[in-house]
Amino acid sequence: MTTWYEYVQKDASNLEWPYPIRYGEENAITSDVLVIGGGVAGCHAAINAVKRGAKVVVIDKGPVRRSGCSGAGVDHWHAACTNPCSKVTPEAMLAEYEKDGGNSYGELGNGITCYITCQEGYDALLDVEKMGVPVRDLNDEFVGAEFRDNKTKYMFAYDYESKHIIRIAGGGNIKPAMYQEVKQLGVGIYDFVMATSLLTEGGKQGARVVGATGLNLRTGEFYIFKAKATILAAGGGGGLWTFSTELKGSSGEPNMTGDGTAMAFLAGAECTMQEGGRGSAGGLGYFPHSAGNAHNSWYACNIVDANGKEVPWIDRKDGKVLKTLSERYRLAPGEFFIHSGGSPYLHREPSIITDLPERIQNGEYVLPLYADLPGMPKHERRAIYGLQVGNEGCTRYGIYDVFTKAGFNPDIDMPQTPVMPADQYVYTPWWMGMAVRQWQSGGGGLVFDWDLMSNLDGLYVAGMQGAGGDHSMAAATGRYAGRKAAEYARTVGMPVIEKKQLEAEKVRVYAPAQRNGGMGWKELKAGLCKVMQDYCGEYKSEGTLKMGLDWLKSISESEAASVYARNPHELARALECLTHITLGEMVFHAALARMAGDSPAGSKTIMLEKGKVRAGERPARWWLKPPYASTYGENYKKHCGI
Amino acid sequence: MTMYNKAYMVPNPMMPNENVTFNAELCTGCNTCVDNCRSGVLVPNPEKGKPPIVLYPDECWFCGCCVGDCPVPGANKLNHPMNQRMGWKRKDTGKHYRIGMKNPPPPNTRPPVG
Repeated sequence: MTTWYEYVQKDASNLEWPYPIRYGEENAITSDVLVIGGGVAGCHAAINAVKRGAKVVVIDKGPVRRSGCSGAGVDHWHAACTNPCSKVTPEAMLAEYEKDGGNSYGELGNGITCYITCQEGYDALLDVEKMGVPVRDLNDEFVGAEFRDNKTKYMFAYDYESKHIIRIAGGGNIKPAMYQEVKQLGVGIYDFVMATSLLTEGGKQGARVVGATGLNLRTGEFYIFKAKATILAAGGGGGLWTFSTELKGSSGEPNMTGDGTAMAFLAGAECTMQEGGRGSAGGLGYFPHSAGNAHNSWYACNIVDANGKEVPWIDRKDGKVLKTLSERYRLAPGEFFIHSGGSPYLHREPSIITDLPERIQNGEYVLPLYADLPGMPKHERRAIYGLQVGNEGCTRYGIYDVFTKAGFNPDIDMPQTPVMPADQYVYTPWWMGMAVRQWQSGGGGLVFDWDLMSNLDGLYVAGMQGAGGDHSMAAATGRYAGRKAAEYARTVGMPVIEKKQLEAEKVRVYAPAQRNGGMGWKELKAGLCKVMQDYCGEYKSEGTLKMGLDWLKSISESEAASVYARNPHELARALECLTHITLGEMVFHAALARMAGDSPAGSKTIMLEKGKVRAGERPARWWLKPPYASTYGENYKKHCGI
Repeated sequence: MTMYNKAYMVPNPMMPNENVTFNAELCTGCNTCVDNCRSGVLVPNPEKGKPPIVLYPDECWFCGCCVGDCPVPGANKLNHPMNQRMGWKRKDTGKHYRIGMKNPPPPNTRPPVG
């Protein structure tokens, strides 16, 4: 008897919620620093704030021990520029990124967070190593491998020459190690508590942030977190365009619903890049890393077709076939370093042949394709299906263990790749399956300064709220925001919470729990996704975007006003749907602002002022313009707090 | 053949239905998996010492922490949804395998590192 259905059939009389129900009961918690979201960014933030003497509280929708995108692991660490083997300085990396227009920093956010990551990403890695996470090849398993440095025992990924990306020997359990540290340092941990709104001084939009309200996902209790400084380290807005229980392969981290961004916007925070939704391949694919692949953590795996014919790799500049595996990890003439995935062409890695779709169509390569792990040198094979697939998020237990227990052996077996229309075999992780262009994933975050403080006094950002999404970036910005928030908390008094704001939030939060009948959260969620697909898909016009806003307004007055919750878990999901409406409105407003503007180099911003949306703009590389200094180094030195 | 002598009016949700399964012989009902699940998929069994109840299987992220953190090896198991089970081919024999097949090959017990 393990499923609910079996349970019901045994004992249909006892279906009461297994936790005590305490809807509306208040818990008041006071701290110097409140951290919203206990993932990688939140844990680093909490650790760094508490080490500077602040009283710190961290809250999370899930258990901090395992929450966040890296809760189930991380396999490689980007932008470890300051490691002793690296040939890329932070300045040099930034300079390369800026050749591409200065607005694309890949998963590292904008210029500020990118530079902080290049400066401190490696320090954060040393931090977690001290917490007990195996980073180096201490067992000498990989002696003789091209990617191993014999002195430091570091192992590198993607780029065996510039050595700025480190493969982690035991990242699968990084979160439990960080959790131990957070606990030992005396941080107040509130697991299964979802932040529902930010509290502001006097309850006013645009005023200083003085804490947050929370809801316990098990008991339904209400929390009032009063704090001198608040760090928003919650996940970004995922799942705005797709919702399906069948198409599991497309789903992102389930708690990553963008509540943090939405509540900051409602409190008056200036937000940016909301319209920058990335194309999502999602939907008809497989779990990440469960299918064979050539890029991402599988870089640079041998690929063969159904008849065992090898699919060649080519150089990114002249398209010449690279004859050896080793060449795939080497710099092209004039290239300074290799970055991975979605980064600008300037420092891109080699790829499998770019005309593979045509060559599949003309019969030269026969589907399905396979990842030829057995055909690779043993260290390279083990680095992919061991070091990396054995430690990446969701892969330690979810993939490596599941497949090896089922008898898969990378020494002799070749994982299949999905069979798709030929034009889908382009540069993307193939497990994501067929790209439906109408479907996107959310992007964007808050605008912040060189202190990582938003335009709202006392509200700091870390991790995905800085519009990036990489592990190293989350760790580095978490460290930085933790220091800055603790420093700020020393300079301000304990605020007063506005009662009216609390009462209004309680009414909003508990409304779905008081309804009988109406709409369930899943139907509402799917309907909201449809609005995004229809009116903010591949084809957009001012007309469709305005229609989208009208639809969201109409839904918020009708279906969303009827959404019900039968227990605290459903209540949280129903509130996430209300967040979905706010995030959707933000995307439509930002897209309208982008359409109306004529300077593609800058970033569009939106914020609420007295309840009205105001669109604004930041010039390109605003973080190096007055009032800031003109170089990254000067700004960092002045603000970093070290 | 065991037949139920009763039938129930129970909703039949979309898949997946059995993302995690428990071995009732081995599971001690300690609820470590419940407390390490980010999505609230599992809830404690009202009967102490019994395996947790899989209440919201379709909200699972398949991170596998429920299995990885379980103190009793084999007490629970992560099951990929059937439409997510990618196969593999043994290079020298050309034979195809898949998760869920009858008579699977013996497990590969090598850890990811070391």
